[in-house]
Amino acid sequence: MSETYDLAVIGGGILGSAAACRAAAGGMRVIVIEQQTIGSGASSVNAGTLSLQIKRVKLMPYALKGHELWEQAGARVGFHKTGGVTLAFNQREAELLHERMALKREAGAPIELISPARVAELEPNLSRKVVAASWCAEDGYANASLTGAYYRALLEAAGVAIREHTPVTAIDRSGGAFALATPTGPIRATRLLLACGAWLKSPSAMIGLDLPVRARVNTVSVTERGPALVGTVIGHATGLLTLKQKPNGSVLIGGGWQGTGSPEQGRGAVDPETLLPNLRLAMFAVPGLDRFRVVRSWTGFEANVPDFYPLAGAAPGVENAFLLGCVRGGYTIGPYIGALMGDLILGRQPELPLFDPGRFSTSAAAAA
Amino acid sequence: MTAPLDLIVLGAGPAGAAAALKARALGLSVALIDEAPEPGGQVYRAPSAGLVGAPAEADRVKGDELRARLKASGASLHLNQRVWSLTAGFSVIAIGPDGPLTLEAPNLIVAPGAVERPIPVSGWTLPGVIGLAGATVLLKSHGVLPGRRVVVAGSGPLLLLVASKIVAAGGEVAAVVDAAPRASWFGRLGAMAARPDLMAKGGRWLLQLLKARVPLHSGAAIRAIHGRDGVASVEIGPVDAHWRPTPGPARAIEADAVCLGFGLLPSTEITRLLGARHRYEPELGGWLPEVGASLETSVPGLFVAGDGGGVRGADAAPLSGELAAIGVARRLGHSGDLEQQAIAVTARWRRSARFGAAMSALAMPPPGAVAMIGAQTTVCRCEGLTRATLDTAIAAGAWTLADLKAATRCGMGPCGGRVCGEAAAMLIEAATGLSREAIGQPSARPPLRPVPLAAIAGDFAYDDLPIPAPAPL
Repeated sequence: MSETYDLAVIGGGILGSAAACRAAAGGMRVIVIEQQTIGSGASSVNAGTLSLQIKRVKLMPYALKGHELWEQAGARVGFHKTGGVTLAFNQREAELLHERMALKREAGAPIELISPARVAELEPNLSRKVVAASWCAEDGYANASLTGAYYRALLEAAGVAIREHTPVTAIDRSGGAFALATPTGPIRATRLLLACGAWLKSPSAMIGLDLPVRARVNTVSVTERGPALVGTVIGHATGLLTLKQKPNGSVLIGGGWQGTGSPEQGRGAVDPETLLPNLRLAMFAVPGLDRFRVVRSWTGFEANVPDFYPLAGAAPGVENAFLLGCVRGGYTIGPYIGALMGDLILGRQPELPLFDPGRFSTSAAAAA
Repeated sequence: MTAPLDLIVLGAGPAGAAAALKARALGLSVALIDEAPEPGGQVYRAPSAGLVGAPAEADRVKGDELRARLKASGASLHLNQRVWSLTAGFSVIAIGPDGPLTLEAPNLIVAPGAVERPIPVSGWTLPGVIGLAGATVLLKSHGVLPGRRVVVAGSGPLLLLVASKIVAAGGEVAAVVDAAPRASWFGRLGAMAARPDLMAKGGRWLLQLLKARVPLHSGAAIRAIHGRDGVASVEIGPVDAHWRPTPGPARAIEADAVCLGFGLLPSTEITRLLGARHRYEPELGGWLPEVGASLETSVPGLFVAGDGGGVRGADAAPLSGELAAIGVARRLGHSGDLEQQAIAVTARWRRSARFGAAMSALAMPPPGAVAMIGAQTTVCRCEGLTRATLDTAIAAGAWTLADLKAATRCGMGPCGGRVCGEAAAMLIEAATGLSREAIGQPSARPPLRPVPLAAIAGDFAYDDLPIPAPAPL
């Protein structure tokens, strides 16, 4: 293969695909290399929650933009704006809710506190043990399992080359460009973007970086179809429950409870010790769930770094290489922050500031 | 929980029961778990309590013997258990009549048996259409006939077994429709001759059917099952050597029930859930876990016995159970003549397995059988997806079961891909020519079978929930 791309993106999730599309729109010749299939990692196995109430204060401007982009994608990603309720069941949680929602409101999210009586009006099937609650009309969800098909179509329309089932086994940057070794032959590009989420550690080591990336192993469960119980996205003051009922009647239960395993081991596993309280919390919030049968529970890997903020910017000390990984809220924010990353690679000034990966000390020797 | 366990055996059919008995004989502490109210599995299934005066046929007598031996063996029996969590190491959590049950042991023998392989044909979702294995449950456990006038269709030796049981129970079999040409049965005679006793059993079934003047159609398959609220008639027609329908004459058979099945698939959900390596072996029913000589999988301490490790039949199953139990004892460091015992059991197992595998291969549909599925036939019943819908998604690039699931929801319903996964894989195979390895398997995820949330949650106090620190602000 003699062709040299302007940009090679390793990782075909939401972030990598969004960045690839923006770079291609700006005139670059782009290739996306994915070890599995487009959108098959965290992008498609997360719970699909789009809730401003669970977004971090500092990320709120990005989340608001993310919501706009998902809404524009509409039916192609199964977008539903339902509004969302966040619940507190005791005084401690009520204080947490009041304090956090006030800050998120200041940051631009249209969140209001509502009374337990109002909760009962909005969602008559919720627990009557609610002591405090908040409401955000902008909240909703999309169907994460449609992510792959959606981004594949966007990549194809943008003229981005796609190489799936293609692990990158080595990166050589001796010849002025990046040469990526793959089982089906080398791929050359003048710029490189590593956007492989929880799998970021190994490819970044190939360019000499030691990033403090760990994986969170988030658990999600789904029930079989049942009668209508709730119409909005239900959350918990601590952020440890997300719950919504899809139009087909199945209920999706998440909240970031941790399973076991790691990306290096290749698979995660549901841990009954955390699944049990996750399901109990769901049943406590929505007592009518008791008759619903759980069809399956699964886990997905989410990238994690010590300060829980995204990685988005130039790779420290490696010319023409960039890093992109989102921590907390990546599904919501991903389409927007990916596009910002595309702008940075095109040499444009991103609309909002990115998150310099150089804030973590990395191996300087390797960058030499 | 009392004394620590050496071994948990999952599944109390012929393989699991033999594994538990052998392990007890070797002095191990054993717990045996099953979903059913009594041990015995599919072959030695106990009649339900309400069924008085059930005929004392051979399988029933053997089953009663087995149940008595298990009860006297000192293995702790946990019946009526729905396992919802299985983790490596090994920890098993189930819900039973007395609430939640947690068992832990360093060794696990899974003996999950096999599941039905359906190939969807037009009308297969009508009431009155059941699987061949399902029909044996009805007949054995409840003494119930599937219908008054039944068409038994599909492939493999289960056709003869079910048809002869229906006749013996006083029902009418309108036709036996076998997709395999008669010649393919003769092709397996060599392997069958290894077990003249079992061949004679099959011969007796056949004689019984001939005596009852049941029409036997070879090289034929169901074109469509017709009816409004249930089965009214069944249209059959010839198929070629690849089981593709050919333009020969179709005929309509009046019937009110259909028993339909194309052999058995090893049940691999548990071994997949625990991360064991699997390989695709059509002669043994399809995907099965890779095992070593003592039937230990790639996950240390996880053994597989019986049809779950490859469909080799009820006769081979107990021997594989014994072999796995010996393997566990050796892994625990027991000595004695275990190696010699393993060699002897292996030889007997291989011989029985040859017969069973030949029978299993006879039922295995060749890839051409996918032509039996019409464009408008429902393939995924949970989500109501037709072949045409799935074919469209496959043409658009969904070349793995995981991608097809993401694109269409095929396999996302309560069946979790158990019913539709095989047909979906056949469709991808036919459209793309990809290997089964590339197409992949349906993902196995807890709780494996749908379980009511209240049953998992049990009684709890909100304040006792171990809620971790809130997410970062």
